[in-house]
Amino acid sequence: MGIPGDKLIKMYRKMILIRNFEDRVHRLFLSGEMPGTIHLYQGQEAVAVGVCANLRKEDVITSTHRPHGHAIAKGVPVKSIMAELFAKTTGCCKGKGGSMHMGDIEVGMVPAIAIVGGGIPVATGMALAFKMKRLDRVAVSFFGDGASNEGAFHEAINMGSIWDLPLIYVCENNLYGASTHVSKVMKLKDIAERASSYGIPGIVVDGNDVISVYKAAKEAIERARKGEGPTLIECKTYRRGGHSRSDPGQYRDKKEEGIWLAKDPISRMHKNLIKMGILTEEKGKGIENEVKARIDEAIEFAQKSPSPKPEDVFKDVFA
Amino acid sequence: MRRLTVAEALREAIREEMRRDSTVFCIGEDIGIKGGWGGAFTVSLGLSEEFGHLRILDTPISELGIAGVAVGAALMGMRPIADVEYGDFIFLAMDQLINNAAKLRYMSAGKLKVPMVMRIPVGASGRGAQHAQSVESYFIHVPGLKVVCPSNAYDAKGLLKTAIRDDNPVMFFEHKLLYGAKGRRENVDARAEVPQEEYLIPFGVADIKRRGSHVTIIATLRMVYTVVSAAEKLKDEGISVEIIDPRTLIPLDKDTILKSVRKTNHAVIVHEDNLTGGWGAEMAAFISSEAFDYLDAPLKRVCAPDTPVPFAPVMENYWVPGEADVIRAVREVMGG
Repeated sequence: MGIPGDKLIKMYRKMILIRNFEDRVHRLFLSGEMPGTIHLYQGQEAVAVGVCANLRKEDVITSTHRPHGHAIAKGVPVKSIMAELFAKTTGCCKGKGGSMHMGDIEVGMVPAIAIVGGGIPVATGMALAFKMKRLDRVAVSFFGDGASNEGAFHEAINMGSIWDLPLIYVCENNLYGASTHVSKVMKLKDIAERASSYGIPGIVVDGNDVISVYKAAKEAIERARKGEGPTLIECKTYRRGGHSRSDPGQYRDKKEEGIWLAKDPISRMHKNLIKMGILTEEKGKGIENEVKARIDEAIEFAQKSPSPKPEDVFKDVFA
Repeated sequence: MRRLTVAEALREAIREEMRRDSTVFCIGEDIGIKGGWGGAFTVSLGLSEEFGHLRILDTPISELGIAGVAVGAALMGMRPIADVEYGDFIFLAMDQLINNAAKLRYMSAGKLKVPMVMRIPVGASGRGAQHAQSVESYFIHVPGLKVVCPSNAYDAKGLLKTAIRDDNPVMFFEHKLLYGAKGRRENVDARAEVPQEEYLIPFGVADIKRRGSHVTIIATLRMVYTVVSAAEKLKDEGISVEIIDPRTLIPLDKDTILKSVRKTNHAVIVHEDNLTGGWGAEMAAFISSEAFDYLDAPLKRVCAPDTPVPFAPVMENYWVPGEADVIRAVREVMGG
């Protein structure tokens, strides 16, 4: 296996953190305590965590309209994420971003780009800057299955390929673009096949297995760092919830839902770690409690934080 | 002093800035190909020989990709000068410019900046509806973007250098008939004396092309020349025209415009873009609300009609605002 036990536990803890964070945010949102709209990440935790566990602080990511998991995995402080969701000045974007634009460049996350596919060229450009400046940094672009039907996907990956840029393209195929099943909008079984159009490796990974994601990303990032160009990694995964807000996801087939929910990335990792003797039930409970306390603390911090002034609207339009 | 064409002046600006700052680079289609043309209008001709093919970076035909990659590179401390071969192609890149370039600083609450220049050739030049549009007005509507429109070689060089050093995304519009390429009879001579010594032209400072006392005409790009020749004719009629070239539409030198209108009490706005929703409408609203009491007559706009740009030279000539249109508008405003 080759991944040290403490690294596995660290990844497990991050996944638990994301799951609990999203569960709490969902409740806060439905109870009306949180403004705006939300797209939650439960079920896809293994992707963000498995990829970001390979990144350094100075490496950068672009994210999507569903960015909370990426933000936590890349190391944006949980308090500042929560405060952003509560639209407070202590938020990572001081209340100018909200759920769909959270990010913090200080830890390598560009404010999430909520136009489907829009982050792919931006990540490519960041990787171009690293190449031009001869920096040992990589970029990662996270996007969904839907984005792979956008022109931005095609144009950007082609450019990343011809210039051998240091980045990886991570497609989180959760089978649905909003309510539309992927089979309705493409004939390919695997989005990774599209990599062949650009002459780069395309890899299909079980996106609900954090260890598989970690290993695939590790290899791709090493290649990228060596100047051997980008990789398209397709992570097969599934949203536990609806597309956004209170969407019950009635367009999803119950049988399909059952199969995927049984493949939950967190319970699988839990079982794995116990089997490996790295985790005990007791230690697992301890992690869960510790994570919940952190979230409570973040909520308290966010609720007590000041709101922006209306006239702050005029700040930060121009540099 | 030496006289340069606009294309030469732009090339010199890029060369100087690339020598000065290693983070400046060019990205676009056909810009550095050996044996090629140095971009659609020769601006980057010869630059790849000095700076190599990474800093004069030829791309696939992917305008969205060019703009998006420029945004990403700018976020990481580079200063890209991106270009599209014709302004009409900029629509393919709109998402990246409007949703990312213009907004990432805001969305990040000031933690990010996007120091990029987007060079965009505009204007009707005998090429039909899809290689002819004047697209500046789309961009003045987008908070977070600066909009620059040089009308001659001197301004082109000084403004491009400022644009490259600006920490914001700058949309830089160049009129195709002003570049100075030989062989097209429609070309306008936009050459100007360009000093050897370095100079920059700040944004938001209009150029008063001609002093006058009876009517203020505001025009950009090629229309500056149309207005200058109209003003010559109007002089013979005893009408003294003040011509203002704002040079940058965002930021706009509002003071110079208001001062002039308050003095002449008459205003005419001229642009090559079609009438409805053009920047002239914004200018008209601004002058009306800030200087209404000073106007002796309703101001007028001289713009292209609300149709696509036609191909047939006889139609295109009719479509582009001409000297006669300007003269007619001025006479009307003056109560003639």
